[in-house]
Amino acid sequence: MVSEELDIASRNLPAEQGPVQYVNELTTLNLGPTHPATHGIFQNILQMDGEKIVSGEQTIGYIHRAFEKIAERRPFYQITTLTDRMNYCSSPINNMGWHMTVEKLLGVEVPKRAQYIRVIMMELARLSDHLICNGILGVDTGAFTGFLYIYQEREHIYEIYEEVCGARLTTNMGRIGGMERDLSPTAIRKIKELIPRFRKVLTEFENLFNRNRIFMDRVVNVGGISAERALSYGFTGPNLRAAGVDYDVRVMNPYSSYQDFEFDIPVGQSGDTYDRFMVRNEEMWQSLRILEQAINNLPEGSYFADAPQYYLPPKQEVYQNMEALIYHFKIVMGEIDAPVGEVYHAVEGGNGELGFYLISDGGRAPYRLHFRRPCFIYYQAFPEMCKGLTLSDAIVIMSSMNVIAGELDA
Amino acid sequence: MLTNEEVAQTIINQFGETVGEFDDPYNLLTFSTGRDHIFSLIQFLKEHKTYQVGFLTDITAVHYPDSPGREFCVVYHMHSLTNNFRVRIKVYLDADDLHVPTVIPLFMSANWMERETFDLFGVIFDGHPDLRRILNMEEMDYHPMRKEYPLEDSTREDKIDALFGR
Repeated sequence: MVSEELDIASRNLPAEQGPVQYVNELTTLNLGPTHPATHGIFQNILQMDGEKIVSGEQTIGYIHRAFEKIAERRPFYQITTLTDRMNYCSSPINNMGWHMTVEKLLGVEVPKRAQYIRVIMMELARLSDHLICNGILGVDTGAFTGFLYIYQEREHIYEIYEEVCGARLTTNMGRIGGMERDLSPTAIRKIKELIPRFRKVLTEFENLFNRNRIFMDRVVNVGGISAERALSYGFTGPNLRAAGVDYDVRVMNPYSSYQDFEFDIPVGQSGDTYDRFMVRNEEMWQSLRILEQAINNLPEGSYFADAPQYYLPPKQEVYQNMEALIYHFKIVMGEIDAPVGEVYHAVEGGNGELGFYLISDGGRAPYRLHFRRPCFIYYQAFPEMCKGLTLSDAIVIMSSMNVIAGELDA
Repeated sequence: MLTNEEVAQTIINQFGETVGEFDDPYNLLTFSTGRDHIFSLIQFLKEHKTYQVGFLTDITAVHYPDSPGREFCVVYHMHSLTNNFRVRIKVYLDADDLHVPTVIPLFMSANWMERETFDLFGVIFDGHPDLRRILNMEEMDYHPMRKEYPLEDSTREDKIDALFGR
């Protein structure tokens, strides 16, 4: 006993060993999977040297739902509900992208009115997507006001969704071949009321943030990425445009009559957090321009294509019309075979190029369906972007990249 | 504006017999090559002075269990942002020898796309620095997107395919 006590005592007395040696040890920090600042379920394991981030590693897949596998067993029209759940901040864009992919495979030409309604819904979705991203960026820098203030407008957009399709978040909007119903007078009124009100709110939102000293100190020159690196990392959408590359699918490969509208592509310079914020803000202005043109020039005509084999007939007709009943039954039971083909179709989603790669072997369901999810591809760059910065910068970068867990994992 | 024929001719001139099966479904130039040439082909397209196919859109794979010797097909989608030209390259692989060289030295974005393809199909990308599963958990011992893995529990008796039109 005595010898042990002596031993302990000698260990507590390092007098003859000289001054204490400090070992440079890194701290491992788990950011996520359920951290409020990640706004979704994914994990970042950061190695920190004091306050500086030395390296990072992402773990994703927490909400992987095997959409691609499920899609191989489902008839085409049932896959729309899967696309809802990818980027759930802008579900209508995913829905319309999927419809357009199938229409491309089937060779169905959608009437102008349906195309315009789709543009309206897609731009509303883009508005709400960017609104959330920029609002949350404000929250992460400590400015809650802007976020709460603009949430009212998001609510108004969701009310329009409700009016058009009955749902708010996972919309399942539209059908293969058009829209499920025409825009109601209420919906048109709500959209027309939204545009000037949104402009007012967006102006105030910009006044709160754009030249705010505190906000700028947090975001300017934080998480910059060069255009070359951004392209190598597969950036698309606002994040790529913030780095200075004017690639926009709506302009480069116009779909759904985007060529009819006049709008600009905002680009940034340094690709930092501030540029991403500003590009999204400017895109909202451009979306409002498109919305205004679309709603004012809404063409007359049918809101669905003349493709009875593929377009689910209106319910009233199913009750009264024999052919409609037959097609309704065949579509719902998945007895409509699609032609053999291989299609890649891309739309400009909230976060960038949302691609659908569809292979059909002539059956009722896709042989293979692959989603090109913009989030999944550009999120790889996150460790590089936050290297050498502090933890609070990493949070800001992540929220300005707009990583949506549902789209990340699919 | 580049035409599919023009690009196809250049590729044939450069790579000769090693490329084939040219097609353009829905106006997207598609062709296949062997795994020995995929890297140099992608490099050629990327560094070509006028084509500048400098953007890797997507990497994925398809499983064809009924075609012996070509069970797996790795599909590369590339995009030239300057010419607005897309190209799709396919590499067919034997199920017993699922090896393809990685394209990470050319495109950083290939990292996770290749990990995803490995995770879902079991295609091994030679030279990949960190080829681990990405969406599924490490403990999994199968590759779920292969056709032989059923989506539904095969022991269930309450779901009869005929009733669901399958």
